[in-house]
Amino acid sequence: MQPGDEPVPLIEVDELEKTFRVARHHQGFFGAFRNLVSREYREVRAVGGITFAIEAGEMVGCIGPNGAGKSTTIKMLTGILVPSAGRVEVFGMVPHRRRTDVARRIGVVFGQRTQLWWDLPLVESLDLLRYIYRVPESRFRENLDQFRALLDLDPFLNTPVRQLSLGQRMRGDLAAALLHDPEIVYLDEPTIGLDVVAKHRIRDFLRRINRERGVTILLTTHDMIDIEQLCSRLLIIDHGKLLYDGGLEKIRGRFGTERTLVVDLAEGEVEDSAPLAVLYAREVRADGPRRWLRFSRDDTTAADLIATVASRYRLRDLSIEEPEIEAIIRRIYEGNW
Amino acid sequence: MSTRLYWEIGKRAFQRQLAYRTANLAGLFTNACFGYLRGSVFIALYQTERSIGGYDVSAAVTFTWVTQALIMVVFLWGWWDVEETIRTGDVVSDLAKPFSYLGFWLARDYGRALYHLLFRCCPILLIGEVMFGLRWPTSPVTWAALALSLTLAVAISFAWRFTLNLTAFWTTDARGIGGLASILSTLLCGLLVPLPYFPDTVRRVVEALPFAGILQIPADVFLERVTGAGLLLALGQQALWAGVMLGATQLLVMAATRRVVVQGG
Ligand SMILES: Nc1ncnc2c1ncn2[C@@H]1O[C@H](COP(=O)(O)OP(=O)(O)OP(=O)(O)O)[C@@H](O)[C@H]1O
Ligand SMILES: [Mg+2]
Repeated sequence: MQPGDEPVPLIEVDELEKTFRVARHHQGFFGAFRNLVSREYREVRAVGGITFAIEAGEMVGCIGPNGAGKSTTIKMLTGILVPSAGRVEVFGMVPHRRRTDVARRIGVVFGQRTQLWWDLPLVESLDLLRYIYRVPESRFRENLDQFRALLDLDPFLNTPVRQLSLGQRMRGDLAAALLHDPEIVYLDEPTIGLDVVAKHRIRDFLRRINRERGVTILLTTHDMIDIEQLCSRLLIIDHGKLLYDGGLEKIRGRFGTERTLVVDLAEGEVEDSAPLAVLYAREVRADGPRRWLRFSRDDTTAADLIATVASRYRLRDLSIEEPEIEAIIRRIYEGNW
Repeated sequence: MSTRLYWEIGKRAFQRQLAYRTANLAGLFTNACFGYLRGSVFIALYQTERSIGGYDVSAAVTFTWVTQALIMVVFLWGWWDVEETIRTGDVVSDLAKPFSYLGFWLARDYGRALYHLLFRCCPILLIGEVMFGLRWPTSPVTWAALALSLTLAVAISFAWRFTLNLTAFWTTDARGIGGLASILSTLLCGLLVPLPYFPDTVRRVVEALPFAGILQIPADVFLERVTGAGLLLALGQQALWAGVMLGATQLLVMAATRRVVVQGG
């Protein structure tokens, strides 16, 4: 590959920051007066210097605890919010300066909101998008037909949006975000509040959109299964900082250094309550003859540990537990990794 | 193509009103009651006077019913559709669209206004005719001028309401401010009494303000109190204010979106 051939990222974010100024509110009757007269502000740093780049065709998942700054980041990427500092470019444009130009080429779903007309049948909202994005009639029909099949929209296409269930509405919103063939879609919690079947259907849909149409997808979620099933790449944001950017497997190596060796001791090997004494491992749980030994990659290998344990105690059975991805993430959020 | 977009938006705003038929019926009843009340007060008032501010009794009664019928067409009180989207943060969907934010809401308001013209204004005028007997326009020119005058009245009132709504980008208490402001507009648009009832000096000022273009001028066009050059002047005044105010709101939209703070995740 020539140096000039490197793929140009579709989305580039460099030391991006957003600080909100929030008016301090005083409580009570006199407090209300003070709110009117004096304005005190408190600064909330929602995003504190984030850097990443996303290339065409990627499907990237973004997780982080509540208030981490995920939605704020997405709003800056769409140009709705103006960053306080740093640089953001989408299609080589600065989104908040060229909001309309960027808007033509992206789709957005804010899972906790809807862009659909509440009082009108779903089809009316979808139809309007044809005029908003100037989609040629034939292309529009083609897309709508495909989405009707993939998202099974037909049963409620003519139902007023206010009567739709959350899952139906979300399917409608997804279709609405994609009817104009956007190159990028931002999905802020597209599976929030959905049952497993609905989640499955939406994941299937997103996978197809990404593979078959090459749509670049950036989604946020609190559901690790979304990430495991959809995303080859994961961003972890906490307190406005990017903690991790990379593959899902590597995260186990980096954060999930602790594994657990589970052994079943032979009958009468040790007294029921006596913990096993093994170097580089500590017993974290005991259930009769079954013992859980936690050990770290940094201290010993699984093979060595098994050899040590087996040389000291007679064993009936053993297995090694990798940490659940959820558990790793929880430990990262809690700051003890 | 772009006009088509705004047409389609307006069409949907019209359709969506159809979902609130009972509310419209209740509103119709209220407007009619107040029409009856105001009409009766004016008739009592004219027991001792033949003409006040150039209105005889039948003109005053017609004025009452016309303004009463137009309240919802120009949506005098309590329009907070935009403020609500800003306060809840739903505005993000509208801002992420490649259209004019002002144009989007203006188109919606025209769709809504047309609904209220057909299903609120017309029934109220009929009720007024049955109860009091109104003075109807006599020439087709008047009807054409009225159509234009109403179009401009909606634009002016929209610009005013939209501005009040947009303050929600800066303050969480837009409705409080707007509540105070709508006292002002109620007084100055001619709903309580026709503006010519005011003493001369006050009258000259209030007649020049944009609020006169919301109800006073359309009602005077209906009554054919302004004709010929006077009519052109009145429509010109409305057009001027509509242009100025819509231009100002566009500037406000630009300022708001530059420093937009969208509420909530
Ligand atoms: N309009 C606003 N004004 C003030 N502070 C805000 C505003 N929007 C967000 N914040 C603050 O910025 C921080 C990040 O919020 P954001 O909505 O981006 O979090 P998030 O990662 O999307 O969280 P969640 O998972 O709960 O959706 C929070 O502390 C939030 O309180
Ligand atoms: Mg969020």
